[in-house]
Amino acid sequence: MDMQASANQAVPSAATARQTRSAHAFARGLGWFSIGLGLAELVAPKAVARAIGMDGREDLIRAYGLREIAAGIGILGSEHPGPWMWARAGGDALDLATLGVQVPRSDGNLETVSAAMAAVAGVTVLDVACARALTREETRRQSYVDEYRRRSGFSKPPEQMRGAARSDFKAPADMQAPAALRPYGAGEGSGPA
Amino acid sequence: MKALCWHGKKDIRCDTVPDPQIEEPRDAIIKVTSCAICGSDLHLFDGFMPGMEHGDILGHEFMGEVMEVGSGNHKLKVGDRVVVPFTIVCGECEQCRRGNYSVCERTNPNKEMADKAFGHTTAGLFGYTHLTGGYAGGQAEYVRVPYADVGPVKIPDGLSDEQVLFLGDIFPTGWQAAVQCDIQPTDTVAIWGAGPVGQFAARSALLLGAKQVVVIDRLPERLAMAEAGGAIPINFEEESVLERLGELTGGRGPEKCIDSVGMEAHATRSIDSFYDRAKQAMMLETERPHVLREMIYVCRPAGTLSIPGVYGGVADKIPFGPLMNKGLTVRTGQTHVNRWTDDLLRRIREGQIDPSFVVTHTVGLEDGPEMYRTFRDKEDGCIKVVMKPQGVH
Repeated sequence: MDMQASANQAVPSAATARQTRSAHAFARGLGWFSIGLGLAELVAPKAVARAIGMDGREDLIRAYGLREIAAGIGILGSEHPGPWMWARAGGDALDLATLGVQVPRSDGNLETVSAAMAAVAGVTVLDVACARALTREETRRQSYVDEYRRRSGFSKPPEQMRGAARSDFKAPADMQAPAALRPYGAGEGSGPA
Repeated sequence: MKALCWHGKKDIRCDTVPDPQIEEPRDAIIKVTSCAICGSDLHLFDGFMPGMEHGDILGHEFMGEVMEVGSGNHKLKVGDRVVVPFTIVCGECEQCRRGNYSVCERTNPNKEMADKAFGHTTAGLFGYTHLTGGYAGGQAEYVRVPYADVGPVKIPDGLSDEQVLFLGDIFPTGWQAAVQCDIQPTDTVAIWGAGPVGQFAARSALLLGAKQVVVIDRLPERLAMAEAGGAIPINFEEESVLERLGELTGGRGPEKCIDSVGMEAHATRSIDSFYDRAKQAMMLETERPHVLREMIYVCRPAGTLSIPGVYGGVADKIPFGPLMNKGLTVRTGQTHVNRWTDDLLRRIREGQIDPSFVVTHTVGLEDGPEMYRTFRDKEDGCIKVVMKPQGVH
Protein backbone atom coordinates (compact mmCIF):
# COMPACT_ATOMS: atom_id res chain seq x y z
CA MET A 1 0.00 0.00 0.00
CA ASP A 2 1.36 3.40 -0.90
CA MET A 3 0.22 4.78 2.42
CA GLN A 4 2.17 2.20 4.39
CA ALA A 5 5.28 3.05 2.45
CA SER A 6 4.89 6.72 3.21
CA ALA A 7 4.28 6.01 6.89
CA ASN A 8 7.55 4.11 7.02
CA GLN A 9 9.33 7.00 5.37
CA ALA A 10 8.10 9.47 8.00
CA VAL A 11 10.36 12.49 8.00
CA PRO A 12 9.52 13.75 11.51
CA SER A 13 11.49 12.24 14.36
CA ALA A 14 12.42 12.82 17.97
CA ALA A 15 15.43 14.78 16.68
CA THR A 16 13.42 17.11 14.44
CA ALA A 17 10.88 17.57 17.21
CA ARG A 18 13.71 18.55 19.56
CA GLN A 19 15.14 21.03 17.04
CA THR A 20 11.73 22.61 16.56
CA ARG A 21 11.17 22.87 20.31
CA SER A 22 14.63 24.41 20.83
CA ALA A 23 14.11 26.98 18.10
CA HIS A 24 10.76 28.02 19.56
CA ALA A 25 12.15 28.18 23.11
CA PHE A 26 15.07 30.27 21.83
CA ALA A 27 12.63 32.57 20.02
CA ARG A 28 10.52 32.97 23.15
CA GLY A 29 13.60 33.99 25.11
CA LEU A 30 14.54 36.57 22.50
CA GLY A 31 10.94 37.76 22.38
CA TRP A 32 10.96 38.51 26.10
CA PHE A 33 14.39 40.14 25.76
CA SER A 34 12.98 42.32 23.00
CA ILE A 35 10.06 43.42 25.17
CA GLY A 36 12.34 44.10 28.15
CA LEU A 37 14.77 46.15 26.10
CA GLY A 38 11.93 48.00 24.40
CA LEU A 39 10.34 48.90 27.73
CA ALA A 40 13.69 50.17 29.03
CA GLU A 41 14.12 52.33 25.89
CA LEU A 42 10.59 53.62 26.22
CA VAL A 43 10.59 54.31 29.95
CA ALA A 44 14.20 55.39 30.52
CA PRO A 45 15.52 56.70 27.21
CA LYS A 46 18.00 59.02 28.88
CA ALA A 47 19.69 56.25 30.79
CA VAL A 48 19.81 54.04 27.71
CA ALA A 49 21.19 56.92 25.61
CA ARG A 50 23.91 57.52 28.16
CA ALA A 51 24.76 53.81 28.32
CA ILE A 52 25.30 53.54 24.57
CA GLY A 53 26.88 56.93 24.01
CA MET A 54 23.95 58.53 22.22
CA ASP A 55 23.06 61.40 24.54
CA GLY A 56 20.47 63.73 23.06
CA ARG A 57 18.85 61.08 20.84
CA GLU A 58 16.13 60.13 23.32
CA ASP A 59 13.27 60.45 20.80
CA LEU A 60 14.98 58.04 18.45
CA ILE A 61 15.58 55.61 21.30
CA ARG A 62 11.91 55.79 22.29
CA ALA A 63 10.93 54.98 18.71
CA TYR A 64 13.33 52.06 18.65
CA GLY A 65 11.81 50.93 21.96
CA LEU A 66 8.40 50.75 20.33
CA ARG A 67 9.90 48.73 17.50
CA GLU A 68 11.46 46.29 19.97
CA ILE A 69 8.17 45.85 21.82
CA ALA A 70 6.28 45.24 18.58
CA ALA A 71 8.80 42.61 17.52
CA GLY A 72 8.65 40.96 20.93
CA ILE A 73 4.86 40.77 20.90
CA GLY A 74 4.98 39.41 17.37
CA ILE A 75 7.46 36.70 18.34
CA LEU A 76 5.61 35.66 21.48
CA GLY A 77 2.13 35.91 20.03
CA SER A 78 2.63 34.15 16.73
CA GLU A 79 2.66 30.42 16.07
CA HIS A 80 4.97 31.17 13.16
CA PRO A 81 7.51 33.55 14.70
CA GLY A 82 10.07 33.24 11.89
CA PRO A 83 9.13 36.46 10.03
CA TRP A 84 9.04 38.36 13.33
CA MET A 85 12.49 37.07 14.18
CA TRP A 86 13.80 38.25 10.81
CA ALA A 87 12.17 41.61 11.57
CA ARG A 88 14.12 41.70 14.81
CA ALA A 89 17.33 40.91 12.95
CA GLY A 90 16.49 43.76 10.56
CA GLY A 91 16.04 46.02 13.57
CA ASP A 92 19.48 44.94 14.80
CA ALA A 93 20.96 46.06 11.48
CA LEU A 94 19.24 49.42 11.89
CA ASP A 95 20.63 49.70 15.43
CA LEU A 96 24.13 48.94 14.16
CA ALA A 97 23.79 51.51 11.37
CA THR A 98 22.57 54.12 13.85
CA LEU A 99 25.49 53.44 16.17
CA GLY A 100 27.87 53.44 13.22
CA VAL A 101 26.71 56.90 12.24
CA GLN A 102 27.35 57.95 15.83
CA VAL A 103 31.03 56.84 15.78
CA PRO A 104 32.50 59.95 14.04
CA ARG A 105 30.51 62.17 16.44
CA SER A 106 31.40 60.25 19.55
CA ASP A 107 33.75 62.88 21.06
CA GLY A 108 35.41 60.84 23.73
CA ASN A 109 32.49 58.36 23.84
CA LEU A 110 34.06 56.06 21.31
CA GLU A 111 34.61 53.28 23.81
CA THR A 112 31.00 53.43 24.95
CA VAL A 113 29.64 53.42 21.38
CA SER A 114 32.00 50.61 20.39
CA ALA A 115 30.90 48.53 23.36
CA ALA A 116 27.26 49.13 22.41
CA MET A 117 27.98 48.09 18.82
CA ALA A 118 29.70 44.92 20.03
CA ALA A 119 26.69 44.09 22.22
CA VAL A 120 24.26 44.68 19.36
CA ALA A 121 26.42 42.60 17.02
CA GLY A 122 26.32 39.73 19.52
CA VAL A 123 22.54 39.88 19.76
CA THR A 124 22.34 40.09 15.96
CA VAL A 125 24.22 36.82 15.66
CA LEU A 126 21.71 35.18 18.03
CA ASP A 127 18.73 36.69 16.22
CA VAL A 128 19.93 35.56 12.80
CA ALA A 129 20.72 32.07 14.11
CA CYS A 130 17.25 31.80 15.62
CA ALA A 131 15.54 33.22 12.53
CA ARG A 132 17.38 30.72 10.32
CA ALA A 133 16.36 27.83 12.60
CA LEU A 134 12.73 28.96 12.47
CA THR A 135 12.87 29.28 8.69
CA ARG A 136 14.25 25.75 8.46
CA GLU A 137 11.36 24.58 10.65
CA GLU A 138 8.80 26.30 8.42
CA THR A 139 10.34 24.64 5.36
CA ARG A 140 10.22 21.30 7.12
CA ARG A 141 6.58 21.89 8.02
CA GLN A 142 5.73 22.51 4.39
CA SER A 143 7.45 19.25 3.50
CA TYR A 144 5.20 17.49 6.02
CA VAL A 145 2.16 18.97 4.31
CA ASP A 146 3.36 17.49 1.04
CA GLU A 147 4.10 14.13 2.64
CA TYR A 148 0.85 13.84 4.60
CA ARG A 149 -1.11 14.64 1.47
CA ARG A 150 -0.11 11.14 0.31
CA ARG A 151 -1.28 9.37 3.47
CA SER A 152 -4.78 8.20 2.67
CA GLY A 153 -4.82 5.06 4.80
CA PHE A 154 -6.83 3.37 2.06
CA SER A 155 -5.77 0.67 -0.35
CA LYS A 156 -7.50 2.45 -3.23
CA PRO A 157 -8.20 6.11 -4.04
CA PRO A 158 -10.69 7.57 -1.54
CA GLU A 159 -13.42 7.96 -4.13
CA GLN A 160 -13.36 4.21 -4.70
CA MET A 161 -13.59 3.61 -0.95
CA ARG A 162 -16.69 5.76 -0.46
CA GLY A 163 -19.38 3.50 0.95
CA ALA A 164 -17.11 0.44 0.97
CA ALA A 165 -18.38 -0.55 4.42
CA ARG A 166 -22.08 -0.19 3.57
CA SER A 167 -22.26 -3.65 2.06
CA ASP A 168 -21.17 -5.43 5.22
CA PHE A 169 -22.02 -3.09 8.05
CA LYS A 170 -25.29 -1.87 9.50
CA ALA A 171 -25.43 0.62 12.35
CA PRO A 172 -26.67 -1.17 15.46
CA ALA A 173 -30.27 -0.42 16.36
CA ASP A 174 -29.35 1.74 19.32
CA MET A 175 -27.23 3.99 17.12
CA GLN A 176 -29.67 4.46 14.30
CA ALA A 177 -31.49 7.75 14.15
CA PRO A 178 -35.20 7.42 14.94
CA ALA A 179 -37.20 7.08 11.75
CA ALA A 180 -38.86 10.45 12.24
CA LEU A 181 -35.43 12.08 12.27
CA ARG A 182 -34.18 10.34 9.14
CA PRO A 183 -35.88 12.43 6.46
CA TYR A 184 -32.80 12.54 4.29
CA GLY A 185 -32.00 8.85 3.92
CA ALA A 186 -34.64 8.03 1.37
CA GLY A 187 -34.09 11.11 -0.73
CA GLU A 188 -35.04 14.72 -0.42
CA GLY A 189 -38.61 15.42 0.56
CA SER A 190 -39.67 11.82 0.68
CA GLY A 191 -40.51 11.77 4.38
CA PRO A 192 -39.34 9.38 7.03
CA ALA A 193 -37.37 6.45 5.72
CA MET B 1 10.65 -0.76 34.97
CA LYS B 2 10.46 2.56 33.14
CA ALA B 3 7.14 4.37 32.93
CA LEU B 4 5.82 7.83 32.12
CA CYS B 5 4.49 9.28 35.36
CA TRP B 6 2.37 12.34 36.06
CA HIS B 7 3.87 14.69 38.63
CA GLY B 8 1.64 17.71 38.16
CA LYS B 9 0.53 20.11 35.49
CA LYS B 10 2.97 20.00 32.54
CA ASP B 11 5.27 17.73 34.52
CA ILE B 12 5.57 14.24 33.12
CA ARG B 13 8.70 12.22 33.77
CA CYS B 14 10.14 8.91 32.67
CA ASP B 15 10.56 7.27 36.08
CA THR B 16 11.76 3.95 37.37
CA VAL B 17 8.84 2.30 39.18
CA PRO B 18 8.10 -1.19 40.58
CA ASP B 19 7.07 -3.84 38.05
CA PRO B 20 3.36 -4.68 38.05
CA GLN B 21 2.16 -7.92 39.64
CA ILE B 22 -0.85 -10.16 39.13
CA GLU B 23 -3.40 -9.02 41.71
CA GLU B 24 -6.58 -10.78 40.65
CA PRO B 25 -7.20 -14.16 38.99
CA ARG B 26 -8.46 -12.58 35.77
CA ASP B 27 -5.40 -10.30 35.39
CA ALA B 28 -2.61 -10.47 32.85
CA ILE B 29 0.75 -8.77 32.72
CA ILE B 30 1.63 -7.34 29.30
CA LYS B 31 5.07 -6.42 28.04
CA VAL B 32 4.29 -3.23 26.15
CA THR B 33 5.79 -3.20 22.65
CA SER B 34 4.03 -0.02 21.47
CA CYS B 35 2.03 2.69 23.13
CA ALA B 36 0.79 6.09 22.03
CA ILE B 37 0.02 9.52 23.37
CA CYS B 38 -3.68 10.27 22.99
CA GLY B 39 -5.16 13.73 22.59
CA SER B 40 -7.08 13.09 25.82
CA ASP B 41 -3.75 12.52 27.63
CA LEU B 42 -3.08 16.18 26.92
CA HIS B 43 -6.01 17.12 29.19
CA LEU B 44 -4.08 15.42 32.01
CA PHE B 45 -0.81 17.04 30.93
CA ASP B 46 -2.44 20.47 30.91
CA GLY B 47 -4.11 19.85 34.28
CA PHE B 48 -7.70 20.15 33.10
CA MET B 49 -8.88 16.77 34.38
CA PRO B 50 -9.31 16.37 38.13
CA GLY B 51 -8.34 13.25 40.02
CA MET B 52 -4.68 12.73 39.11
CA GLU B 53 -2.15 11.92 41.81
CA HIS B 54 1.60 12.37 41.99
CA GLY B 55 3.32 9.39 40.37
CA ASP B 56 0.34 8.02 38.42
CA ILE B 57 1.43 6.05 35.36
CA LEU B 58 -0.11 7.45 32.19
CA GLY B 59 -1.30 5.89 28.98
CA HIS B 60 -4.37 4.14 27.67
CA GLU B 61 -3.32 3.27 24.11
CA PHE B 62 -1.00 0.29 24.20
CA MET B 63 -0.36 -3.24 23.01
CA GLY B 64 2.16 -5.94 23.61
CA GLU B 65 2.92 -9.50 24.53
CA VAL B 66 1.33 -11.46 27.37
CA MET B 67 4.00 -12.29 29.96
CA GLU B 68 1.89 -13.73 32.75
CA VAL B 69 -1.76 -14.60 33.32
CA GLY B 70 -3.78 -15.01 36.49
CA SER B 71 -5.19 -18.37 37.52
CA GLY B 72 -8.70 -17.42 36.49
CA ASN B 73 -7.83 -16.17 33.02
CA HIS B 74 -8.60 -18.83 30.42
CA LYS B 75 -8.63 -16.56 27.40
CA LEU B 76 -5.00 -15.50 27.18
CA LYS B 77 -1.79 -17.45 27.30
CA VAL B 78 1.80 -16.37 27.68
CA GLY B 79 3.18 -15.16 24.37
CA ASP B 80 -0.13 -13.95 22.94
CA ARG B 81 0.11 -10.63 21.13
CA VAL B 82 -2.73 -8.35 22.18
CA VAL B 83 -4.12 -4.85 21.81
CA VAL B 84 -5.73 -3.63 25.02
CA PRO B 85 -8.82 -1.39 24.78
CA PHE B 86 -8.62 1.73 26.92
CA THR B 87 -11.91 0.89 28.65
CA ILE B 88 -11.68 -1.84 31.28
CA VAL B 89 -14.74 -4.05 31.03
CA CYS B 90 -16.09 -6.96 33.05
CA GLY B 91 -18.20 -8.43 30.27
CA GLU B 92 -20.86 -9.51 32.75
CA CYS B 93 -22.74 -6.49 34.08
CA GLU B 94 -25.97 -5.31 32.48
CA GLN B 95 -24.22 -2.53 30.55
CA CYS B 96 -21.52 -4.84 29.18
CA ARG B 97 -24.14 -7.36 28.12
CA ARG B 98 -25.87 -4.57 26.19
CA GLY B 99 -22.60 -3.62 24.51
CA ASN B 100 -22.31 -0.38 26.47
CA TYR B 101 -18.79 -1.25 27.52
CA SER B 102 -17.61 2.26 28.31
CA VAL B 103 -20.15 2.46 31.11
CA CYS B 104 -19.33 -0.93 32.63
CA GLU B 105 -20.73 -0.92 36.15
CA ARG B 106 -18.07 -3.01 37.84
CA THR B 107 -14.58 -2.03 36.79
CA ASN B 108 -14.22 1.31 38.53
CA PRO B 109 -13.05 0.65 42.09
CA ASN B 110 -13.52 4.33 42.88
CA LYS B 111 -17.23 4.15 42.12
CA GLU B 112 -18.17 6.51 44.94
CA MET B 113 -15.91 9.24 43.62
CA ALA B 114 -17.27 8.83 40.08
CA ASP B 115 -20.86 8.74 41.38
CA LYS B 116 -20.29 12.12 42.97
CA ALA B 117 -18.71 13.62 39.86
CA PHE B 118 -20.94 12.13 37.16
CA GLY B 119 -24.04 10.97 39.01
CA HIS B 120 -23.20 7.36 38.21
CA THR B 121 -19.91 5.63 37.60
CA THR B 122 -18.49 4.77 34.21
CA ALA B 123 -15.99 2.06 33.31
CA GLY B 124 -12.49 1.99 34.70
CA LEU B 125 -9.90 3.40 32.32
CA PHE B 126 -6.17 2.85 32.09
CA GLY B 127 -4.01 5.75 33.21
CA TYR B 128 -6.81 8.26 33.33
CA THR B 129 -7.37 9.75 36.79
CA HIS B 130 -8.64 8.20 39.99
CA LEU B 131 -12.17 9.13 38.96
CA THR B 132 -11.97 6.21 36.54
CA GLY B 133 -10.23 3.81 38.85
CA GLY B 134 -6.67 5.05 39.18
CA TYR B 135 -5.40 2.10 37.12
CA ALA B 136 -1.76 2.26 36.09
CA GLY B 137 -1.48 3.09 32.41
CA GLY B 138 0.39 1.54 29.53
CA GLN B 139 3.05 4.14 28.78
CA ALA B 140 5.40 1.77 30.51
CA GLU B 141 7.52 -1.29 29.89
CA TYR B 142 4.91 -3.51 31.55
CA VAL B 143 1.31 -3.08 32.59
CA ARG B 144 -1.21 -5.04 34.62
CA VAL B 145 -4.42 -5.58 32.68
CA PRO B 146 -7.41 -6.31 34.92
CA TYR B 147 -10.33 -8.34 33.55
CA ALA B 148 -7.90 -9.46 30.88
CA ASP B 149 -10.15 -12.36 29.93
CA VAL B 150 -12.60 -9.87 28.37
CA GLY B 151 -11.03 -6.75 26.86
CA PRO B 152 -7.73 -7.59 25.13
CA VAL B 153 -7.91 -8.32 21.42
CA LYS B 154 -5.62 -11.08 20.13
CA ILE B 155 -3.66 -10.02 17.08
CA PRO B 156 -2.83 -12.50 14.33
CA ASP B 157 0.62 -12.70 12.76
CA GLY B 158 1.48 -10.57 9.80
CA LEU B 159 0.29 -7.21 11.04
CA SER B 160 2.67 -4.58 12.40
CA ASP B 161 2.11 -2.86 15.74
CA GLU B 162 1.37 0.40 13.93
CA GLN B 163 -1.39 -1.25 11.90
CA VAL B 164 -3.28 -2.56 14.94
CA LEU B 165 -2.27 -0.40 17.93
CA PHE B 166 -5.06 2.09 17.34
CA LEU B 167 -7.72 -0.61 17.68
CA GLY B 168 -7.41 0.12 21.39
CA ASP B 169 -8.85 3.62 21.13
CA ILE B 170 -8.70 6.13 18.31
CA PHE B 171 -9.77 3.94 15.40
CA PRO B 172 -12.89 2.58 17.17
CA THR B 173 -13.48 6.08 18.55
CA GLY B 174 -13.51 7.62 15.09
CA TRP B 175 -15.57 4.69 13.81
CA GLN B 176 -18.17 4.94 16.60
CA ALA B 177 -18.36 8.69 16.05
CA ALA B 178 -19.33 8.04 12.44
CA VAL B 179 -21.55 5.01 13.17
CA GLN B 180 -23.64 6.86 15.72
CA CYS B 181 -24.33 9.49 13.03
CA ASP B 182 -26.23 6.76 11.15
CA ILE B 183 -24.75 8.10 7.91
CA GLN B 184 -26.91 8.06 4.81
CA PRO B 185 -25.61 8.36 1.23
CA THR B 186 -27.10 11.85 0.97
CA ASP B 187 -25.38 13.15 4.10
CA THR B 188 -22.74 15.78 4.49
CA VAL B 189 -20.67 14.96 7.58
CA ALA B 190 -18.75 17.87 9.08
CA ILE B 191 -15.93 16.96 11.46
CA TRP B 192 -14.30 19.50 13.74
CA GLY B 193 -10.67 18.67 14.49
CA ALA B 194 -8.17 16.94 12.20
CA GLY B 195 -6.26 15.27 15.00
CA PRO B 196 -6.01 11.47 15.12
CA VAL B 197 -9.66 10.88 16.08
CA GLY B 198 -10.83 13.35 13.43
CA GLN B 199 -8.69 11.55 10.83
CA PHE B 200 -10.29 8.20 11.69
CA ALA B 201 -13.77 9.71 11.91
CA ALA B 202 -13.32 11.19 8.42
CA ARG B 203 -12.19 7.88 6.92
CA SER B 204 -14.97 6.02 8.74
CA ALA B 205 -17.58 8.47 7.44
CA LEU B 206 -16.27 7.93 3.92
CA LEU B 207 -16.34 4.13 4.28
CA LEU B 208 -19.88 4.40 5.61
CA GLY B 209 -20.88 6.24 2.46
CA ALA B 210 -21.26 9.93 3.29
CA LYS B 211 -21.82 12.08 0.22
CA GLN B 212 -19.37 14.69 1.52
CA VAL B 213 -16.96 14.60 4.42
CA VAL B 214 -15.72 18.00 5.57
CA VAL B 215 -12.89 18.43 8.08
CA ILE B 216 -12.32 21.69 9.96
CA ASP B 217 -8.96 22.60 11.50
CA ARG B 218 -6.30 25.29 11.25
CA LEU B 219 -3.11 23.28 10.71
CA PRO B 220 -2.20 22.76 7.06
CA GLU B 221 -0.44 19.43 7.63
CA ARG B 222 -3.44 17.98 9.45
CA LEU B 223 -5.83 19.24 6.80
CA ALA B 224 -3.55 17.75 4.14
CA MET B 225 -3.83 14.34 5.83
CA ALA B 226 -7.62 14.69 6.04
CA GLU B 227 -7.75 15.63 2.37
CA ALA B 228 -5.69 12.53 1.56
CA GLY B 229 -8.49 10.49 3.12
CA GLY B 230 -11.10 12.04 0.84
CA ALA B 231 -12.25 14.94 3.02
CA ILE B 232 -12.90 18.53 2.00
CA PRO B 233 -10.69 20.72 4.22
CA ILE B 234 -11.74 23.97 5.85
CA ASN B 235 -9.04 26.06 7.50
CA PHE B 236 -10.97 28.11 10.04
CA GLU B 237 -8.19 30.66 10.25
CA GLU B 238 -8.50 31.38 6.55
CA GLU B 239 -12.22 31.12 5.84
CA SER B 240 -15.57 31.26 7.60
CA VAL B 241 -16.72 27.81 8.70
CA LEU B 242 -20.38 28.82 8.56
CA GLU B 243 -20.14 30.31 5.09
CA ARG B 244 -18.11 27.44 3.65
CA LEU B 245 -20.41 24.78 5.11
CA GLY B 246 -23.34 26.76 3.75
CA GLU B 247 -21.77 26.73 0.28
CA LEU B 248 -21.11 23.01 0.44
CA THR B 249 -24.65 22.13 1.51
CA GLY B 250 -26.72 24.53 -0.55
CA GLY B 251 -27.33 26.64 2.56
CA ARG B 252 -28.98 23.81 4.52
CA GLY B 253 -26.10 22.83 6.78
CA PRO B 254 -24.47 19.44 7.31
CA GLU B 255 -26.84 16.66 8.36
CA LYS B 256 -24.23 15.14 10.68
CA CYS B 257 -21.63 16.95 12.81
CA ILE B 258 -18.78 15.34 14.73
CA ASP B 259 -16.84 17.06 17.53
CA SER B 260 -13.43 15.43 17.69
CA VAL B 261 -11.90 18.36 19.55
CA GLY B 262 -13.34 18.30 23.06
CA MET B 263 -12.60 20.49 26.02
CA GLU B 264 -9.48 22.30 24.81
CA ALA B 265 -10.71 23.93 21.61
CA HIS B 266 -8.08 26.27 20.20
CA ALA B 267 -8.97 29.91 20.60
CA THR B 268 -10.42 31.34 17.45
CA ARG B 269 -10.99 35.02 16.86
CA SER B 270 -14.55 34.59 18.12
CA ILE B 271 -15.68 36.26 21.31
CA ASP B 272 -16.80 33.00 22.90
CA SER B 273 -13.25 31.60 22.65
CA PHE B 274 -11.87 34.47 24.71
CA TYR B 275 -14.75 34.10 27.15
CA ASP B 276 -13.99 30.38 27.63
CA ARG B 277 -10.27 30.98 28.02
CA ALA B 278 -10.89 33.55 30.72
CA LYS B 279 -13.43 31.43 32.60
CA GLN B 280 -11.27 28.32 32.36
CA ALA B 281 -8.28 30.25 33.69
CA MET B 282 -10.37 31.38 36.66
CA MET B 283 -11.60 27.81 37.20
CA LEU B 284 -15.19 28.91 36.57
CA GLU B 285 -15.60 26.54 33.64
CA THR B 286 -13.87 23.27 32.83
CA GLU B 287 -14.51 23.28 29.08
CA ARG B 288 -13.88 25.46 26.04
CA PRO B 289 -16.93 24.36 24.07
CA HIS B 290 -16.64 26.57 20.97
CA VAL B 291 -17.04 23.52 18.71
CA LEU B 292 -20.24 22.43 20.44
CA ARG B 293 -21.76 25.88 19.97
CA GLU B 294 -20.75 26.02 16.31
CA MET B 295 -22.08 22.52 15.61
CA ILE B 296 -25.45 23.28 17.19
CA TYR B 297 -25.71 26.47 15.16
CA VAL B 298 -24.65 25.06 11.81
CA CYS B 299 -26.25 21.60 11.86
CA ARG B 300 -29.24 21.01 9.63
CA PRO B 301 -32.50 20.71 11.58
CA ALA B 302 -33.27 17.11 12.59
CA GLY B 303 -29.56 16.36 12.20
CA THR B 304 -27.22 14.55 14.54
CA LEU B 305 -24.35 15.75 16.68
CA SER B 306 -21.81 13.07 17.52
CA ILE B 307 -19.34 13.94 20.27
CA PRO B 308 -16.31 11.69 20.73
CA GLY B 309 -14.27 14.68 21.94
CA VAL B 310 -13.56 14.44 25.66
CA TYR B 311 -15.26 16.81 28.10
CA GLY B 312 -14.68 16.69 31.83
CA GLY B 313 -17.11 18.88 33.73
CA VAL B 314 -19.29 21.89 33.05
CA ALA B 315 -19.66 24.01 29.94
CA ASP B 316 -21.15 27.49 29.69
CA LYS B 317 -23.28 29.25 27.11
CA ILE B 318 -24.44 26.17 25.28
CA PRO B 319 -27.17 27.34 22.87
CA PHE B 320 -29.83 24.97 24.10
CA GLY B 321 -32.60 26.87 22.36
CA PRO B 322 -31.32 26.10 18.87
CA LEU B 323 -30.48 22.55 19.94
CA MET B 324 -34.05 21.97 21.11
CA ASN B 325 -35.87 23.88 18.41
CA LYS B 326 -33.93 22.25 15.60
CA GLY B 327 -34.67 18.81 17.01
CA LEU B 328 -31.06 17.73 16.97
CA THR B 329 -30.01 14.31 18.20
CA VAL B 330 -26.95 14.31 20.45
CA ARG B 331 -24.88 11.14 20.69
CA THR B 332 -21.80 10.98 22.80
CA GLY B 333 -19.86 8.84 25.26
CA GLN B 334 -16.56 7.14 25.65
CA THR B 335 -16.07 4.46 23.04
CA HIS B 336 -17.49 0.98 23.46
CA VAL B 337 -14.23 -0.32 22.04
CA ASN B 338 -14.92 -4.05 22.17
CA ARG B 339 -18.10 -3.54 20.21
CA TRP B 340 -16.08 -2.66 17.13
CA THR B 341 -12.68 -4.31 17.41
CA ASP B 342 -13.42 -7.61 15.62
CA ASP B 343 -14.99 -5.87 12.65
CA LEU B 344 -12.26 -3.24 12.40
CA LEU B 345 -9.49 -5.84 12.74
CA ARG B 346 -11.09 -7.68 9.84
CA ARG B 347 -11.09 -4.50 7.77
CA ILE B 348 -7.40 -4.00 8.52
CA ARG B 349 -6.58 -7.61 7.62
CA GLU B 350 -8.53 -7.32 4.37
CA GLY B 351 -6.57 -4.19 3.50
CA GLN B 352 -9.57 -1.87 3.46
CA ILE B 353 -7.74 0.52 5.75
CA ASP B 354 -4.27 0.70 7.26
CA PRO B 355 -4.32 2.83 10.43
CA SER B 356 -0.55 3.35 10.39
CA PHE B 357 -1.08 6.32 8.07
CA VAL B 358 -1.58 8.53 11.12
CA VAL B 359 1.79 7.85 12.80
CA THR B 360 4.13 10.81 12.48
CA HIS B 361 6.65 10.26 15.30
CA THR B 362 8.12 7.03 16.64
CA VAL B 363 10.30 7.44 19.73
CA GLY B 364 11.55 5.62 22.80
CA LEU B 365 9.76 5.93 26.13
CA GLU B 366 12.49 8.23 27.44
CA ASP B 367 11.54 10.80 24.79
CA GLY B 368 7.91 10.69 25.96
CA PRO B 369 7.91 13.78 28.21
CA GLU B 370 9.34 15.89 25.39
CA MET B 371 6.88 14.46 22.89
CA TYR B 372 3.94 15.38 25.13
CA ARG B 373 4.98 19.00 24.64
CA THR B 374 5.57 18.60 20.91
CA PHE B 375 2.16 16.94 20.48
CA ARG B 376 0.43 19.51 22.69
CA ASP B 377 1.99 22.40 20.78
CA LYS B 378 1.40 20.67 17.43
CA GLU B 379 5.01 21.27 16.49
CA ASP B 380 7.14 19.46 13.93
CA GLY B 381 4.08 18.22 12.03
CA CYS B 382 3.14 16.08 15.01
CA ILE B 383 -0.16 14.22 14.64
CA LYS B 384 0.42 10.89 16.36
CA VAL B 385 3.27 9.79 18.59
CA VAL B 386 4.03 6.10 19.03
CA MET B 387 6.46 5.11 21.77
CA LYS B 388 8.45 1.90 21.96
CA PRO B 389 9.08 1.02 25.62
CA GLN B 390 11.33 -1.89 24.63
CA GLY B 391 13.42 0.44 22.43
CA VAL B 392 13.17 1.82 18.90
CA HIS B 393 14.59 -0.66 16.39
